[in-house]
Amino acid sequence: MRVPMSWLAEVVDVTPGSTGEDVAAALVRVGLEEEGLETGGVTGRLVVGRVLSAEPEPQKNGKTIRWCSLDVGETDETGASTPRGIVCGAPNIVEGADVVVALPGAVLPGGFAIAARKTYGHVSDGMVASAAEIGLGEDHDGIIVLSELLGTGRTRGLTPGQDAKGLLGLDEEVVEVNVTPDRGYCFSVRGLGREYAHGARLDVAQAFHDPVDVAVPAAGDGGGWPVTLAEHTGEEVGSGLAPGCTRFATRVVRGIDAGATAPFWLRRRLQQCGVRSISLAVDVTNYVMLLPGQPLHAYDAAALRGAIRVRRAGPGERLTTLDGADRTLSPQDLLITDDDGARPLGIAGVMGGAQTEVTAATTDVVLEAACFDAVTIARSARRHRLPSEASRRFERGVDPEIGPAAAQLAVDLLVAHGGGTAEAGAGDVASASAASEVETIALRDGLVRDLTGMDVERQATVELLEQVGCSVGPGEPLDSGVDTFAVTPPSWRPDLRADVDLVEEVARLHGYEHIPSVLPAAPVGAGLSPAQRHRRRVAQALAVDGFVEVLTYPFMAGGRSEQLALAADDPRRAALSVANPLSAEEPLLRTSLLATLVDAARRNLSRGGDSALGGSLALYEIGQVVLPRVGAPAAPVLGVDERPSDDQLAALEAALPHQPVHVAGILTGDRVPAGVHGGGRAADHADAIAAAQLVAATMGLRLEPASAQHAPWHPGRCAALSVGGSVVGHAGELHPRVTAALDLPARSVAFELDLDALVVAAAEVETFAAPVSTYPLAKEDLAVVVPEGVTAEAVLAALRDGIEASEVGGVSVGDVVEDLRVFDVYTGAQVPQDHRSLAFSLRLRATDRTLTATETAAVREAALAGVARVGGVLRS
Amino acid sequence: MLVPEPDLTPSDDQPSGQPAVEEVEVAAALAAALAAFDAAGDLDALKTARLTHGGDRSPLSLGNRSIRTLDPSRRSEVGQRLGAARAAVGRALGERTAALEAERDERALVEEAVDVTLPSARTPAGARHPLSRLQEEVADVFAEMGWTIADGPEVEAEWFNFDALNFGRDHPARQMQDTFFVDPPENGLVLRTHTSPVQARSLLSRGVPLYVACPGRVFRTDELDETHTPVFHQVEGLAIDTHLHLGHLQGVLDHLMTSLLGQGTRTRLRPSFFPFTEPSAEMDVWFARPDGSGSGWLEVGGCGMVNPAVLRAVGVDPSVHRGFAFGWGIERILQIRDGVGDMHDMVEGDVRFSRALGGAL
Repeated sequence: MRVPMSWLAEVVDVTPGSTGEDVAAALVRVGLEEEGLETGGVTGRLVVGRVLSAEPEPQKNGKTIRWCSLDVGETDETGASTPRGIVCGAPNIVEGADVVVALPGAVLPGGFAIAARKTYGHVSDGMVASAAEIGLGEDHDGIIVLSELLGTGRTRGLTPGQDAKGLLGLDEEVVEVNVTPDRGYCFSVRGLGREYAHGARLDVAQAFHDPVDVAVPAAGDGGGWPVTLAEHTGEEVGSGLAPGCTRFATRVVRGIDAGATAPFWLRRRLQQCGVRSISLAVDVTNYVMLLPGQPLHAYDAAALRGAIRVRRAGPGERLTTLDGADRTLSPQDLLITDDDGARPLGIAGVMGGAQTEVTAATTDVVLEAACFDAVTIARSARRHRLPSEASRRFERGVDPEIGPAAAQLAVDLLVAHGGGTAEAGAGDVASASAASEVETIALRDGLVRDLTGMDVERQATVELLEQVGCSVGPGEPLDSGVDTFAVTPPSWRPDLRADVDLVEEVARLHGYEHIPSVLPAAPVGAGLSPAQRHRRRVAQALAVDGFVEVLTYPFMAGGRSEQLALAADDPRRAALSVANPLSAEEPLLRTSLLATLVDAARRNLSRGGDSALGGSLALYEIGQVVLPRVGAPAAPVLGVDERPSDDQLAALEAALPHQPVHVAGILTGDRVPAGVHGGGRAADHADAIAAAQLVAATMGLRLEPASAQHAPWHPGRCAALSVGGSVVGHAGELHPRVTAALDLPARSVAFELDLDALVVAAAEVETFAAPVSTYPLAKEDLAVVVPEGVTAEAVLAALRDGIEASEVGGVSVGDVVEDLRVFDVYTGAQVPQDHRSLAFSLRLRATDRTLTATETAAVREAALAGVARVGGVLRS
Repeated sequence: MLVPEPDLTPSDDQPSGQPAVEEVEVAAALAAALAAFDAAGDLDALKTARLTHGGDRSPLSLGNRSIRTLDPSRRSEVGQRLGAARAAVGRALGERTAALEAERDERALVEEAVDVTLPSARTPAGARHPLSRLQEEVADVFAEMGWTIADGPEVEAEWFNFDALNFGRDHPARQMQDTFFVDPPENGLVLRTHTSPVQARSLLSRGVPLYVACPGRVFRTDELDETHTPVFHQVEGLAIDTHLHLGHLQGVLDHLMTSLLGQGTRTRLRPSFFPFTEPSAEMDVWFARPDGSGSGWLEVGGCGMVNPAVLRAVGVDPSVHRGFAFGWGIERILQIRDGVGDMHDMVEGDVRFSRALGGAL
C-alpha cells in the first residue's frame, strides 16, 4: 500500500518536519514493513513556462515542428525578460499557454538528462514536457497545457519560472509499506493514518481525523437503488460459508457530465498509489477505496434492469467478466444479478461484468458499497485467478460500518467534479443473518505481562486498547478471583478475536523495544540425536577424505530415469511430482541423490572442475530422497480444535512418502591427481566402495560387498553393500551408457547409501574389548586357486568357516585368528584357465598361550578344507 | 661415541717406517701422527694416516715390536713410553674419526634436503558445504543450551504445514506462502514451506515442556535469482513451558546472534504477523563487520509467542503452557556474516564456494 505524504496528512497530524523516512519508521514500529520510498524522480529545474510564440516549421520528413519562444521567468541585468527558444514537436503548443519546461540540467524519470542542443536548425534550450516525460502517467499525446491539466481555476495565479515540481506534486514523497495479511484495514489511507498515530505515539482522539466522519442521509424510504439479498447460509453451498453479503449500501447520482474527468490532484494521487486513471466514475470509486478502504462499484443506472440481486451462482452458470474471459461459475461464487436473477452482472467483490459498466456515455450512476464475506471472496478470486484491489481488501475484511459513508464520499466527488445531482435518499440493506454485534473478548489482568515480560500498568493497558479503537469495560472476574477486562474490538479490526490478539495490540503500542532480554534455563534436553551425530561424522569423514560437499535441488526431469538406465520396473522410476514446478522440465522429486548430484558434477566440470584435484571431481551430498509408497492414501484433513487421535495421525503419516536420508558421492577423473609426487591415479570402482566403507566405518560398521547388477552402475563393477544381510546401498563404476547420457567423463565412479538404515544398524552394533594378547604372533600365508567368479568375499567367508571348525585333539582352535585379509590376486599362466589365485595373510595368536606348530598347521588345514567348498585349492 | 681401537693388524701394503724407541723418536712419531690425523680432510685420508702412523709398520708399532730386543733394563721404560704414545694416537684417531663421520653424516643429510614447501597432500582434503556447517553451528548453540535438535520430512502433510499452525484454509497468509504442491494436490501433500511443521510434530511426539530447534530445508515457489532461491534452509526454534514470555525469546535470539555474529551484536524485535504466533515479531540484527563498520539493521526472521490455537491443535492446554517460536533463514545469516552476494553461489554446488567457506574441517 502506497500513500503520498500530503494525503496521509489529511487524515492524521503528521509531526511537522517529518520526512517520508520518519513516517515509514513510525509505521514499521507498529508492525508494517517498509517497502520503499518514492518521489517523482525529477531533479533539476522544472518550471512553468508561458508560450510567447510558436512558429510551425514544416520539415522535409513531413513532420512539422514548432519553434517556440518561452518566458520561463528569466531576465537580464536590466530586468528585461529573456525568453528561451525551444523546439517542440507537439501540435497542441499554442501561444499564450502555460506549459511545463524542463531546463538544461534537469533529469527526468528514466535518467533522461535535458541539455541545450542543436536540432532542426535551432538551438533548443530546454524541453517542453508531456505528462509521460515527467512521470505523470502514460499520456504522450502532446505536451502538458497547465490550464487543461489543473483546470483553469487553479492556473490563474501561475507565473512563468515558477517551480512546477511542487505545483504538480512531483517533489512529494510516497511511502510504500507491506501490509501483513491480518491488517486489511491498512490497505487504506484511513488505516495507515491511524497506524501512523500509533507509531508516532500520538493520541488518536486528537491527531486522527477519520475520513468517514461525514454526514450520511438516513437510509430507507426507497432511497438509493433497490437491492435484494438472497438468503444463503453456508449449508446452502455445502461449504460452511457465512452469508455472502451482510450489507449492501447504494447511492444514485444522476446527470453527470459524461465528458468530465477527475481533477488532476485526484488522478495524481491515484497514480502515486499505483492505480491507473480510467474515467471520472471509476477514478472516484478507486479514490474512495484507497481512502477509507471500502471497495466501491459504479453501475450505469441505465443498464440495470430493476433491483440488484445478490445470490450464489447456479451450477454450471457462466459469466463473461470485464476482462473478456468467459468463466464457468461455482455455486460458491457470489453473484450480482438483475432483479429476475437471470443476468449475472459480476462476481461480487472480484470483478464486474461488461453490460452494466460505466461508459463514456454514462450520466446516471448507481454506487455500491457492500460488505462481502471474506472467505467467499477469497475463494472466488483464487478460483478464477482474479486477484483485484477489491478482492484483496474483502478477503482481509472490510470495516462493515463504513459503506454508507464511503458512498457519501464518492457522491460528493461525483457531484463536485461531474456536475451531477445526488439523489437525496440512501439505500442500505443488511442481511437478516448478519452477525448483529462484535463479540466481546475477556482479557485477563496480567496476561500482557505474562506473555510479553513487559510491565504495562493496568490503566495503560486500557488506554492503549482504547487507542486502537476498542471499548474496554470491567469483565467477569475469573474463578481464581483475578480481574478481567471486557474488550470490544472496533469494527475495522476483524482480526482481533482472542485475548492474545489484544496482548499484541498493547505490546506494539507500548513498544517492543521495552521487551526485556532473559535467557531461559532449559531443562536437560536430548541435544543431537544419534542420527544427527552420525550424519555429521559421515560428512566430516568424507570431507577429510577429499570429497567436497554440495547441496543440490531435489527436482529432476522425467528423462533422468532413462539417463540413469533404470529398468522399466525400477521403483526409483515412480517419483512423486510437483503439481506446480518452477520448471516444467523438472517436475519430479528425486528418488536418489545421484539423480541430482550428477548435475552438480557436470556443472563443475563445465567450469573446469576442481582445481585442487587438477580438474577432477570428488563430490558428495547428504540429504533426503523421496520414495513414494505404493497405493498411499490421500492425507486426511484433520481438525485443529483438539489433538488428533493416534489413528488419525497414523493415517496422516501413511500418506507421506518414505523419506530416508541418503549419502552419495561421485568421483570423476583422478582420485589422486598428478603432481609433484608423481603421476595421477584414476578413480576406480574401489575408490567408490572405499568411500562407502569409510561412511560405514564412522559408525563402527563394515559393509559386506557382493557383486550386483544395479543401475546406474556398470554391471560388472558394482558392489551391493549390505549390513546384516540387508542391502543398504551400492558403489562402483558408473555404466558407460549412463556416463555418456549424462555427459560425464567415462569411468566415473559413484556410491549411494541409505544413511538412515546404517544408523539403525549402528545402534545394534555390540562392541566388547577382547583381551589384547601379548603371546607371539604366528603368520601363515595361503594362496588359493579358485574358479573365476568366486569372489574374494566368498573365499574369505569360506576360509573363516573352515577355521571355525579347526581343532587339535578334540579342542577347538577356531578362535585364534587375529586377522585375515587378501593381499594379492593373480591370473595368468601359473593358474588354470578361468581361475585366479588369491593370496591371504593369516595372523594367528592365542590369548592364553603360544601357539604350537601343530595348532597353526591345524588352522591352515581347516582353512583349506573350508575353501574347498567354494572350489578352491591350495596353489602349488 | 666410542673411540675405536687402532687397527694394528699387519698388512703388506702398509708403508714402513723406522722403529721409534728413544724419547725423541717417540715424541716425533707421536707428533707426526697427530699432525697427520689433523690434516686428514676426510675418512679416506684418515685411513691412510692411520696406516702410516698407527699401522703395523708405523714407527711406534715397529718400536713396540723391538722392545723385546732391547736390554731388559730398558724394556719397562721404553714400554711405558711407547704405550702412552700409542694410546694417545688411538685416542686422537678415534676423535678424528668421530668428527669426520659426523661431518660425513651431516653432509649426507644436507644432500638429502627437499623443498618442504612443495604440495604435500597426495589426495587433498575436501570441504563441507557452508550452509551445512552453519546449520551445525546453530544446532550446537541450542544443544549447548540444553535444547533438543529435531528433524522432519521435507514432503509434508498440509495439515502439519498449515492447518496445525493456524493457517486457515482460506486465510490470505496460506496463499502468500508460495507453496509447491505434490501431485495430485487433493492428496494434501506439499513441500514444506517452513520448518514450522516440526513444531507440531515435536509437540505431538515429545509433549511439554519442550525446548527444541530444527534446522532444515524448505521450499517456496520463488525463481532463483541473486536474493531468492526456491530451496533454502531455516532453523526453527520452539520453547514451551509454563512461564515463558517474549523476553525469553529476546534472550535466546540475543544469545544465538552473539554466538554467530560476535560480541557487540544487537537485535531488535518489530511487530509483525504470523498465523502461528501471537504476539508476533520480525527480528532484525545489527553487528560489527570485521572491518569495524556496522552492518545496519538486517531482517533475519520471524518469531513470537506460540498462538494458543497451535497448542490446542496438538493437545497442549494453552491455559497452562505457553511459549515462543522463531524461524530464521540460514542463507540470510550466511549472506550477512560471510558477505555472500549472490544466492546462485549457495545453490549451484560449485566446489569453489564450498572450498572458500567450508574448508575448515
